[in-house]
Amino acid sequence: MRHNRAERMSEDDERQQSSPSDLEFTSNKARNCNATGSGSGHPEFQSPFPDQVLENVLENVLHFLTSRRDRNAASLVCKSWYRVEALTRSELFIGNCYAVSPDRATARFIRVRALHLKGKPRFADFNLMPPDWGAHFNPWALALAKAYPWLEKVYLKRMSVTDDDLATLAESFSGFKELVLVCCDGFGTSGLAIFVSKCRQLRVLDLIESEVTDDETDWISCFPEGESHLESLIFDCVECPINFEALERLVARSPSLKKLRLNRHVSIGQLYRLMIRAPQLTHLGTGSFSPLEVAGQGDQEPDYVTAFAACRSLVCLSGFREIIPDYLPAIYPVCSNLTSLNFSYANIDAEQLKPIISNCHKLQVFWVLDSICDEGLQAVAATCKELRELRVFPIDAREDSDGPVSEVGLQAISEGCRKLQSILYFCQRMTNAAVIAMSKNCPDLVVFRLCIMGRHRPDPVTGDPMDDGFGAIVMNCKKLTRLAVSGLLTDKAFDYIGRYGKLVRTLSVAFAGDSDMGLKYVLEGCPQLQKLEIRDSPFGDAALRSGLHHYYNMRFLWMSSCSLTRQGCQEIAHAMDRLVVEVIRSIGEEEMDDSVGTLYMYRSLEGPRTDAPKFVTIL
Amino acid sequence: MEGSVAYENDLNLKATELRLGLPGTDEREEQSVSNVRNKKRPLQDADEEFGANGKSDAQNETATPAKAQIVGWPPIRSYRKNNFQPKKSESDGPGIYVKVSMDGAPYLRKIDLKVYTGYAELLQALENMFKFTIGEYSEREGYKGSDYAPTYEDKDGDWMLVGDVPWDMFVTSCKRLRIMKGSEARGLGCGV
Repeated sequence: MRHNRAERMSEDDERQQSSPSDLEFTSNKARNCNATGSGSGHPEFQSPFPDQVLENVLENVLHFLTSRRDRNAASLVCKSWYRVEALTRSELFIGNCYAVSPDRATARFIRVRALHLKGKPRFADFNLMPPDWGAHFNPWALALAKAYPWLEKVYLKRMSVTDDDLATLAESFSGFKELVLVCCDGFGTSGLAIFVSKCRQLRVLDLIESEVTDDETDWISCFPEGESHLESLIFDCVECPINFEALERLVARSPSLKKLRLNRHVSIGQLYRLMIRAPQLTHLGTGSFSPLEVAGQGDQEPDYVTAFAACRSLVCLSGFREIIPDYLPAIYPVCSNLTSLNFSYANIDAEQLKPIISNCHKLQVFWVLDSICDEGLQAVAATCKELRELRVFPIDAREDSDGPVSEVGLQAISEGCRKLQSILYFCQRMTNAAVIAMSKNCPDLVVFRLCIMGRHRPDPVTGDPMDDGFGAIVMNCKKLTRLAVSGLLTDKAFDYIGRYGKLVRTLSVAFAGDSDMGLKYVLEGCPQLQKLEIRDSPFGDAALRSGLHHYYNMRFLWMSSCSLTRQGCQEIAHAMDRLVVEVIRSIGEEEMDDSVGTLYMYRSLEGPRTDAPKFVTIL
Repeated sequence: MEGSVAYENDLNLKATELRLGLPGTDEREEQSVSNVRNKKRPLQDADEEFGANGKSDAQNETATPAKAQIVGWPPIRSYRKNNFQPKKSESDGPGIYVKVSMDGAPYLRKIDLKVYTGYAELLQALENMFKFTIGEYSEREGYKGSDYAPTYEDKDGDWMLVGDVPWDMFVTSCKRLRIMKGSEARGLGCGV
């Protein structure tokens, strides 16, 4: 029996519960909204056109509905609600650009002002996916230009965006206000130049962790003259020098500018000049935080401390790309106000951190390098009682390097930062005891990502696998929605996850598990699972089959270097016609190889995509 | 760029080295990847490689002594990996501070020679500091194309033209710097 799938855009709001799974919309479920006892509480009218009046009322009411989850639920009530919801949805979120085509999306939602679109899966960030795999923004840009001339905001993540696409955005939407590109690539400074020169209403240009080609175009100079509406300019990922004088003039004529994140080509002296022009900043990325040349003795250094002190609204500080620690004391005046501090490019040790962090009582978000060692983390734990999110990155990202942070740091954080909600922790060694401690001390954990960099590493104290640690996390952290595991793990760990991880939506697995059972536990046990990414784990076709009941509820499944065969994947493809099953080949693999290098599969209303490159086979 | 100055002045010891082997063979060692032939593709150029091929095999991994890097592991984005230079600190070990005088300037400056990796950087810094341009250096004719010549006083008390000796030798023998101007400068290096 064929079901008409609801045209449900994939949703994934990390902070909210997911809506009921696998909802269908068939014609025999459509209710006549005038029936008595329908229970939704809306009035019954006896006028000749009840549907029309109802729709007007609904339209007014639904305008207030902002959460896309609620909107998805509302759209499934009946045809009338579906129609009205589609009319009133102004922010459109599409979690997988291949799940639905631009034409279908623009046909259903006709009054969209903001689009949020995601492309490649996350493992693409780590070179596990060949370049030119897809996720091209171009067809979307063209469809948007036709459908929404009033479009104001575009947010893209892991999409390939060309210079032409940027030009399309700038030329097609006269009121365009916000462009946010996260982990995108495919464009360069010349595209930026065209974009900023034509977007006269631009308020936000945020380039975050994106790859920007250096076409040697001076894009900063291309902002139009006269007062600008800029509220946010983030370009710390742009790896090319910029025209500083033009930037200084731009900042001077942007009275609304609140967020400014500079790239590493801006020296501390230049930073000073910008700060004194923009003391109203709330978010600042400091650029290199070192001088262009070595200051000789007797050089008149600007008064950095006063510049920072003047920024009374500063709550978020980042940058420090090439930090000279001697300049760190300049930030003392703002420490007590900071809610977010990103030191993840700053190679500083515990002694250099302590005087700073001991003043950061309000800190909620802290990103840092493991150069601060366990001792530095202890200092964080001692002061930052409001900490919600911690990320500890490795300075030396190799398997065999010395680990400056360990279970000691994690234990300290768990004891000091009880309100912790999200942690990403890279280390070389970790004990079950410390992980268990964190599971008990930090019950509010929503995101727990532990990366023990040595593969298959057991608990160094007991010699046991890390099963019990992660088991405790899923057992004790009742709000957990995102989990990344590492270290030596047997199927038992996955048994725990399947048994207790009832809210888990995103799971990352690498070099873990013993057999198909591991994956089975998860697929059978985690009803909220949306995104599952697995690499180098011994899960095969039988395990894959055990998820058939659930794949339509997921945004995607990624499995690379596991034990899958082409035949096994083919079975899945045949069983589920709304699933796109991609087999991605590495170099040296023949097209008819039986073993599968990388499997990437996702639900879609469109069937196999037409832009797949040669190394992708869609089964 | 800066470091190459030193190499040009090296005695080419390799050419006269005595060793076994046929002439013309180069004994440069291969980056050892042969011990990981089994399953994992070691990390080469991140741009060329994609995908860790083959299946995961836990037993094999623990046996190989020198673990080659695995693609995409640990899961750190490449721009974070490439970011770290050795810690820069102005007070990292004793600096070699020398006075720098410029003919016609009212006061002297001081610079730390340890900060620079070669002549090019040093000269650039001097140019920036005193707002002038140094000409082009050549062994035969010194600095051509400008009125200035950078000189230094060495351990023996003699005034030398900057750039003649290998960088490391310069750093250890330089006591002070003087940027000469005008006719005095043009006299230096011309058939002395």
